[in-house]
Amino acid sequence: MANPTPDESGTAGVRTDAVDYMTDTRPIASEPAAPGCRKRDPILVAKNVTRAFGGINAVDVEYLEVPRHKITALIGPNGAGKTTFFNLLTGFDQPNSGEWTFDGTSLHGVPSYKVSRMGMVRTFQLTKVMGKLKVIENMRLGATRQEGEKLSKALFKNIWGGREREITRHADGLLEKFKLDTKREDYAASLSGGQRKLLEMARALMADPKLVMLDEPMAGVNPALTQSLLDHVRNLKSEGMTVLFVEHDMHMVRNIADWVVVMAEGRIVAEGPPAEVMKDQAVIDAYLGAHHDVDLGAAEGIEVLEHQLAQDKESVVGTADEGILGHGITEQDGRDPDEGRDRKDAP
Amino acid sequence: MDFLNILSGALGEIISPTTAAYALAALGLALHFGYTGLLNFGQAGFMAMGAYGFAIATLTFNAPFWAAVLVALACSVAFAFLLGIPTLRLRADYLSIVTIAAAEVIRYIVTTNQLTDITGSAGGLNGFAGGFYALNPFPEGTYNLGFITLSARDLWVRVVAWSVVAVCCFIVWLLVRSPWGRVLKGIREDENAVRSLGKNVYSYKMQALIIGGVFGSLAGILFTLPRSSVQPANYGTELTFFLWTCLLLGGAATVLGPVVGAMLFWVVLSLTQGLLYGAIGAGYITFISIPQAGQLRYIMVGVALMLLMIFRPQGLLGNKKELVYS
Amino acid sequence: MSQQTPEGGNAVVTVTDLVAGYLPGVNILNGCSIEARPGELIGIIGPNGAGKSTLLKAMFGLVKIHSGKVVVRGRDITGLKANKLVSQGIGFVPQTNNVFATLTIEENMQMGMFQRPKDFKERFDFVTGIFPELGKRRQQRAGSLSGGERQMVAMGRALMMDPAVLLLDEPSAGLSPVKQDETFLRVHEINRAGVSVIMVEQNARRCLQICDRAYVLDQGRDAYTGTGRELLKDPKVIQLYLGTLAESA
Repeated sequence: MANPTPDESGTAGVRTDAVDYMTDTRPIASEPAAPGCRKRDPILVAKNVTRAFGGINAVDVEYLEVPRHKITALIGPNGAGKTTFFNLLTGFDQPNSGEWTFDGTSLHGVPSYKVSRMGMVRTFQLTKVMGKLKVIENMRLGATRQEGEKLSKALFKNIWGGREREITRHADGLLEKFKLDTKREDYAASLSGGQRKLLEMARALMADPKLVMLDEPMAGVNPALTQSLLDHVRNLKSEGMTVLFVEHDMHMVRNIADWVVVMAEGRIVAEGPPAEVMKDQAVIDAYLGAHHDVDLGAAEGIEVLEHQLAQDKESVVGTADEGILGHGITEQDGRDPDEGRDRKDAP
Repeated sequence: MDFLNILSGALGEIISPTTAAYALAALGLALHFGYTGLLNFGQAGFMAMGAYGFAIATLTFNAPFWAAVLVALACSVAFAFLLGIPTLRLRADYLSIVTIAAAEVIRYIVTTNQLTDITGSAGGLNGFAGGFYALNPFPEGTYNLGFITLSARDLWVRVVAWSVVAVCCFIVWLLVRSPWGRVLKGIREDENAVRSLGKNVYSYKMQALIIGGVFGSLAGILFTLPRSSVQPANYGTELTFFLWTCLLLGGAATVLGPVVGAMLFWVVLSLTQGLLYGAIGAGYITFISIPQAGQLRYIMVGVALMLLMIFRPQGLLGNKKELVYS
Repeated sequence: MSQQTPEGGNAVVTVTDLVAGYLPGVNILNGCSIEARPGELIGIIGPNGAGKSTLLKAMFGLVKIHSGKVVVRGRDITGLKANKLVSQGIGFVPQTNNVFATLTIEENMQMGMFQRPKDFKERFDFVTGIFPELGKRRQQRAGSLSGGERQMVAMGRALMMDPAVLLLDEPSAGLSPVKQDETFLRVHEINRAGVSVIMVEQNARRCLQICDRAYVLDQGRDAYTGTGRELLKDPKVIQLYLGTLAESA
């Protein structure tokens, strides 16, 4: 893992100045933390971005600034609109309204492939690696500025050969970092789910992006691989990149996020450093899972959890839609003597 | 039954100009489908564009040979644009349906009586290959290649046709191992992933469509040269499916697959024809007549195609790991 | 409750030395054996690539079995096609691609019941009793539902045929923590109603908390087994699998 020295150009083409991004303690926001607060150094600014599906607003973001050189987590309950927001920002979907800029350039109406060329890359929830190409070819595909990709130059290897060698060196370096170098010549289809996630992330880095947007990078990844993925994401910051990621895994968020943005029902409901946001009662209640401390296997565990969920706005427990859930807490009399017993101790 | 005759006839198909035309048109399809994932079911239309473009330019406009070839290729490019603009931004199936329809539209246009003066309608056109044969450097006489004897004209046509095939194969080979080719292979699997890597997918698909279409049109010209005649009935949908058979037989995502496939296709057709007709003529087979045997061959082609798709979808030369449709 | 069973005794599901894989010659399962007694909730946990999903798919006839046996309710169903298994009383809820996106919720439920269309209304009422939201939105296209809602449709559809055994492939995947808890509670309730459940899970902690017994798969074999409580405390399991999650617990 490289630590940039003050006179070494960062891989993102960004001069590292004398600032070490990992230990920079300057405040992230230029005003008190609140939804839509301004940042000292924003890389992405979004205003009034909306997207409706059949009358329902899937995304309704009034104002958001994403801080440069920081790792920002975008969290929220299912259906909050996080992935839709991602798609809008990166040109994979068209908004009903809104404007947003990346490094000062407006991205409204810019097609997805151009957004990517400008330095804003993304990964997908369901990994999109090319199974029928070898791992190294997948990596080479991620590179930019390869003249050989133009039809006019493709026939002449002497034109694009040099850049191809550079690209291959870069790819091999990344593959080694992500511990995929032994899989270099394998077809990507033979990789496991977690390895494909790593490959997709490594491939996204081939473009030396300024902003890396990860859509649920931990989803479906073996917990043993989680730590190494976390380290890779942290490493992006040390190399001068900005990271915005969507996640459900609170451990990951607590572990590496510098800033947290909470979305619910398409809107931003909270913003701030992880410690503060996680203390926000509304956010906690909304879904941060104070419930996960309840042990379902313990004697009254089920009832305790159902009771807690009944207080929870997101849960159907306690509402008309609860179905078979929650009946344990409403019945007090004539209860089945087996109910409530720790059934795991049964012979 | 004259087995030697039957065999030499079959071997002759390996170098026949018709085989070369099929090989070239299938090569265009390989670029479309094998490498880019485009479903083009109208390659017969591209061949018709080439053939008629060349013939009409020569006969109606008295264009010299090279100009006529250029006109044919220009028509081909325009045709590809027309097909691609509405369909390449949509799902793959839309291109397949539009191409079937477009090829038939071409065939109907050249068959209609309104344009008989230009297109010769159902009778077609002929006598336009003069310019081509005028370029023939081989002196008059017969050339004996062992299993087949050729006239100077026959030899010239074969030399040109296979040279064109060789050059086009070389071009395709260079293209697919280049970064441009890599983008195509990415597109055939996942367009959105390729877009997220900064490539203009629509543009690449259009380029592949045009190049493959141009090969198809060149093939159309080659197809008409031996007999110096073009007839609309030859460019129906069966032609497209024969081309697909050649492609899948050889291996859709390979450069030599279409060539090997075309050769095998014609050798087998010729062999079965020779054997069947011979056996009927000699009285070994009495339950079908010769015209029926002619149809039987094509039934066998259909069955062979089905067996191919079931048991060896990657064709002779293909790589199972790169199978386009799985 | 069931007593100690002899091999295949009165177990409702017995899998013996299963060897299976997607491609010939490449085995994902390398001799896996599990057992479920009637009314049990069995958890299957393990690292990615250990073969958990493959195990369920092989049991349900979706992946080729190269050797080994699967016996359900006394019948050898090894290699039987999935459609036959549904009528044998086995329900399967896949993790992805689990609904017919172009059909409505109600039509998806009908698909679950196509072998016995007459009982549809009764079963539909039963399932919407468990998932009232699905009943309310029965005309909505399944393709417009969120991931968690699709999970409910898929589970509901599997329940339409009143299965004796329910196979669940990571039912909590992709869900927010609250929805995950609801899912685990529901599975617990469904199991209490008498349906034997075999559940593959990534959320090992919750899975081990609610299951009777669990198997830890590693590299295609059943590496450890025990009751849910035992495995939660077993240092080998914590080491192998719970990993960093245990530290930050």
